[in-house]
Formats: sequence, C-alpha cells, structure tokens
Amino acid sequence: MIELRDISKKIGQIIHIKPTSLTLQTGHFNVLLGETGSGKTSLIKLMAGLDLAASGQILINGQDVTKLSPQKRNISLVHQFFVNYPHMTVFDNIASPLRVAGMAKSEIQGRVEEAADILQLRPMLNRRPQELSGGQQQRTALARAIAKESQAVFLDEPLANLDYKLREELREQLPELFAGRGAVVIYATSEPEEALLLGGETALMHDGHVAQFGPTAEIYRKPANLTSARVFSDPPINSATIQKNGAQASLPTGVSWPLDGQAAALPDGAYTVAVRPHHVTPASQGAQAVELTGQVQVTELSGSESSAHFLMGTDNWVSLAHGVHPYEVGEDHAFWMDPAHCYYFAPDGKLVA
Amino acid sequence: MKTQNQYGWYFVLPVLLLVAFNALIPMMTVVNYSVQETFGDNVFFWQGLDWFEQILRSDRFHAALGRQFLFTGLILAIEIPLGIIIALAMPRQGFWVPVCLVTMALPMLIPWNVVGAMWNIFTLPEIGLLGYFMNNTLGISYDMTQDPIAAWVTIVTMDVWHWTSLVVLLSYAGLVSIPDAYYQAAKIDGASPWSVFRHIQLPKMKTVLTIAILLRFMDSFNIYTEPFVLTGGGPGNSTTLLSIDLVKIALGQFDLGPAAAMSLIYFAITLLVSWLFYTLMTKDDGK
Repeated sequence: MIELRDISKKIGQIIHIKPTSLTLQTGHFNVLLGETGSGKTSLIKLMAGLDLAASGQILINGQDVTKLSPQKRNISLVHQFFVNYPHMTVFDNIASPLRVAGMAKSEIQGRVEEAADILQLRPMLNRRPQELSGGQQQRTALARAIAKESQAVFLDEPLANLDYKLREELREQLPELFAGRGAVVIYATSEPEEALLLGGETALMHDGHVAQFGPTAEIYRKPANLTSARVFSDPPINSATIQKNGAQASLPTGVSWPLDGQAAALPDGAYTVAVRPHHVTPASQGAQAVELTGQVQVTELSGSESSAHFLMGTDNWVSLAHGVHPYEVGEDHAFWMDPAHCYYFAPDGKLVA
Repeated sequence: MKTQNQYGWYFVLPVLLLVAFNALIPMMTVVNYSVQETFGDNVFFWQGLDWFEQILRSDRFHAALGRQFLFTGLILAIEIPLGIIIALAMPRQGFWVPVCLVTMALPMLIPWNVVGAMWNIFTLPEIGLLGYFMNNTLGISYDMTQDPIAAWVTIVTMDVWHWTSLVVLLSYAGLVSIPDAYYQAAKIDGASPWSVFRHIQLPKMKTVLTIAILLRFMDSFNIYTEPFVLTGGGPGNSTTLLSIDLVKIALGQFDLGPAAAMSLIYFAITLLVSWLFYTLMTKDDGK
C-alpha cells in the first residue's frame, strides 16, 4: 500500500504537484490518467524517490519513505523508453538489481528464469538488448521489475513507444503479470481508453493534482467534476453553458429540453452541461433525443466510426457514431443529443446531476 | 535479375573528382618518385623497390618509428582517460555549461605553429614562465634544448594541453545524449557510481570514443608542426618523430626517392593501425 499525505513538489516558483493525498492498494492496478504535463511522471518520481517532496509524507506499506533514497524503497520503474544496460545480456539485465542486492547465485538464476518464462524471453536470455525488437526490450525491462519482487512497480507509459499490435498484446497481459505478486502497480498513461481497458483504480490527474480517484469504471460513469469529465474522455467531452429555468434547460442557441429528477430539483440559474461524443449522434436515438444544429467543421472516418466536429453557437462539439455518415464540411447538420446521458455541473465545476 | 542503372555514377562523380585531385593524383606523384631516382632536370632512373628496402632496413627509420609509436602511445594513454574524466566532471546543465565548453574548445582554436611557439617561449629556462619557475623557484633542472627527457615531457604535455579538449568534447557529447531514464534505473537498482560508469556511461560513449581514439591516433601519429616549432626534433634526434624525419630527408637532404618511399610506408602504417583500432573497437557491434 502506498499512502501519499499532502505530498507536493515545486521547482523554483513552478508548482509541479499541488498538495495531494492518495492511497493506492497492494495488488491493485492503479492507473494515473492525465495529459502530458499533468503531473503523472512528477508524482511517480516522488513515489519512487527520484525527486524529494517539498512537503508531505509518503508511506510504503506503513513505512515512512519520504526521505529515503530510491534504492531503499524497494521499487521498480519501467519507462516509456526501453531502458536496459546496453552491453549486458538479457539475463544479466534481469539479474542486475538482484546482484546489486547481493543475492545468492542460485536464487538469481531461479528468479530470472521465472520472470523470463512469464514474459516469454527464455530464448533471448543470451542476447543483448539491441538485438531485440522494441517489444522484447520492453519485456526485458518488465522482467527486471518482476524478478526484483519489489513492493511497488511504476510503469510510466510503458507502451507508448510500441507499435499498435504489440501495445494491445502487452496491455492485455500486464494486469495478469503483476496479479498476486504483492506489489502496488502504478501505471501512467495519457489515453483514457487505456485506463478503461486496464480496469482497476484510476486517478485522474490535471494540472498537478488528482481531480478524482476511484474504481475506473465508476469514475468514468460518474465524474465528480468537470475536470474529471474532461480528462476521462477521448475525443474531448462536449460542454456548454445552459440556463436552467424550472424543469427546462436551454442552450445559448435557444435549443431547450425538459429536465427530470435531480436536475429538475436544482435551483434555477447557470450550469454546465456535458455529454460524451458518442451520445451526440447524427440520427435520433429515441423520443427524448434533443435536436441540435451545428456547422460541420471537420470530419473523420476511423474504421467503423465516424466523427464530426461541429460549431454550435460558440461551442465546438464532437459527435461520434457508428457507420459512415455523409457530412459536408461547412454545411449545417442536425445532431441528436441523448439527455439521459447528460452531466450537469455547478459553476464551481462540481457534478450536481 | 535487377537492371543495373549506370546513372548512379554521375552522382558520385564530383566526389571522385575531388578525391582524385586532393588525394589520388598527389599520391601518384609520390608513388612515381618512390620507384625512381632523379637528379633534377626531369631526368629519372628506374629504381624498382630499392628505396623501400633501404628505408625498411635503415636504423634511422626504425628509431623514428619507435619514437613515433612511443609518442602516440603516451598521448592516447593520457588523453583518452583524462578526457573522459574531465567530461564526467563537467556540469550537464546550468550556467557553467557554456563556460566549460568554450574554455575546453580554446586550445583547439590556436594555430598549431603558434602552439609550438607558445610552449617554446613558455618553457625557456631564463625568460619562460614555466622554465624560470622550474629552474629558479623549484630548483629542478629543466631545459628541453639540452635534456631529451625534458623535451619529451614538454612535447607530450603540449599535446595533452592542445588536444585533450577534443576527447572531452566528444565524450561530453556522448554523455549528455544518455537519457535520464538510465540514471534513474541505476538509482533504483542502487548501482554505485563505478557501476553507472562501467555499465551505462562507458557503453553509451563507445561510438564517440571510437571516433576520439581514431582521430587522436591519426593526428598524433602524423604530428609535425608543433614538435617541429618546439624542439625541431632535438636535442640530437631525441624528438625526431616520423614526419620530422621525413621532411629532413625530403627537403633537407633532397633525397626525394627515399622520402617518397618512406611516405608510402608511413601512410600504410597509419592506415593499418587505424584499421586495427577500428576493427577491434567495433567488433562487438554487429553481434
């Protein structure tokens, strides 16, 4: 278990991590999701001890490690680059942390072979990293982390430099690889889809702080605030200011729809509505669907899905739908929004309905 | 079978012409002289391989070659490790980086004959700063015009001063190109500074070090200007390196035939040793 208590970091006047508290459980797959510069790597470096925190406390399995060097924290780190010792064989690379720790030869042999088997590196043990493919190099780095049996494993965008197919393959294996190894696994990524595929828990990071933390599917379905909703959506979530009047919500463009339940009970005033792109479709999805009109700006066809960016008043929205749709760039098109999947946020960004 | 397209040659032609004019044609002149005897007036006598035999059997050539290998060996043994150590000690970021880099580059910007003249004056026993300090303040007898050992210490020191920077700059370029991730991995493993050097920095510097060693070998093996200005090959013949001896034979004695033969032997040795270095240092790369 890793506990962060009001941990923060700044370099000079620039704040990298705002005071953050977070508890990451052993045996869980914890994802740090956020765009580049949101503080994922900074947070990992703090937990790994590669940087020292400006304030706060870090505990690993109850032990205060705030001031400990990385070596004494018993952790592993796998980078986005394939970091292996260039002139050592795969075997020696996997064995290197064990040798530094002064482990007996026979035990090293056993652990390295076990890790190599898990990652299918057995035939490559006598090769050097530069003779391996990118996927094999990264598997060597992962094997080193597994053989070390550390308390915490940090995976900092480990799949970012692999090609699509390998990425899919390794991503599927990752949660199993570390399951039952008694380590806290922390996986940083900038892709919302990756977080959903990996499952476990997700911490949404934005601008140096954790916007929301919880079981991945849950925080996807129920973003606590507008920032979380934005971080955890790809393509970006659509949002617009609405005026709530009685049981009626209306957009600046004049489009309005009836509110029910929690949303209808809110005090009248200005709110922000947010709806994921796949709930804005070029065809009506039911009687309650709200018709919007927007000028199509950009269209993309990706395999079985087509997306359209359209301008509605001053807001840029995206529609994502199955099938091929005949959009014409520059023309006005009708889109239907499903009000059942709308989130409503108060002016301070909190989810209210 | 693939169609052979001959147009490729047109693209190589400018390079071929350039190489022909700056290397091949002058070298053919040397080859021409090396197998003939001339007394001027464009009169030549065929001599065959006599000059080559004469040079290869001459004690004078053996002595100069020995001195040359000693000089180059000392240079490499001092400059390469020293250059790596200085590069390791240099800051990787911040205000002092450009200061260090410019300071390092300065000796290399000075014309070679000026370097020789500078060190000549610097070491003069009575008026040179170093010479005066050694003789009159420390009381150590030091006069490179009289003492062969002092002359050797001076030319080696001068070359180290002049050229270690090249090794430093190349090593430094190799060092800064190592991603931070490697150092982080080493920190997490708890690797010692020696392990970091042995297992990360040295392997990652290998390519630039290969270049540094080759350049320093070729330059120091062919060195002429600086020792010529500094010691003129003396005292006696104690610092007469191959190139100095060659010029003595060619221009001093006007023995163009033997000088030409010696040039070709000299060139062959440089080429052979460079090839050996390169082959030995890159033999693991392909595996």
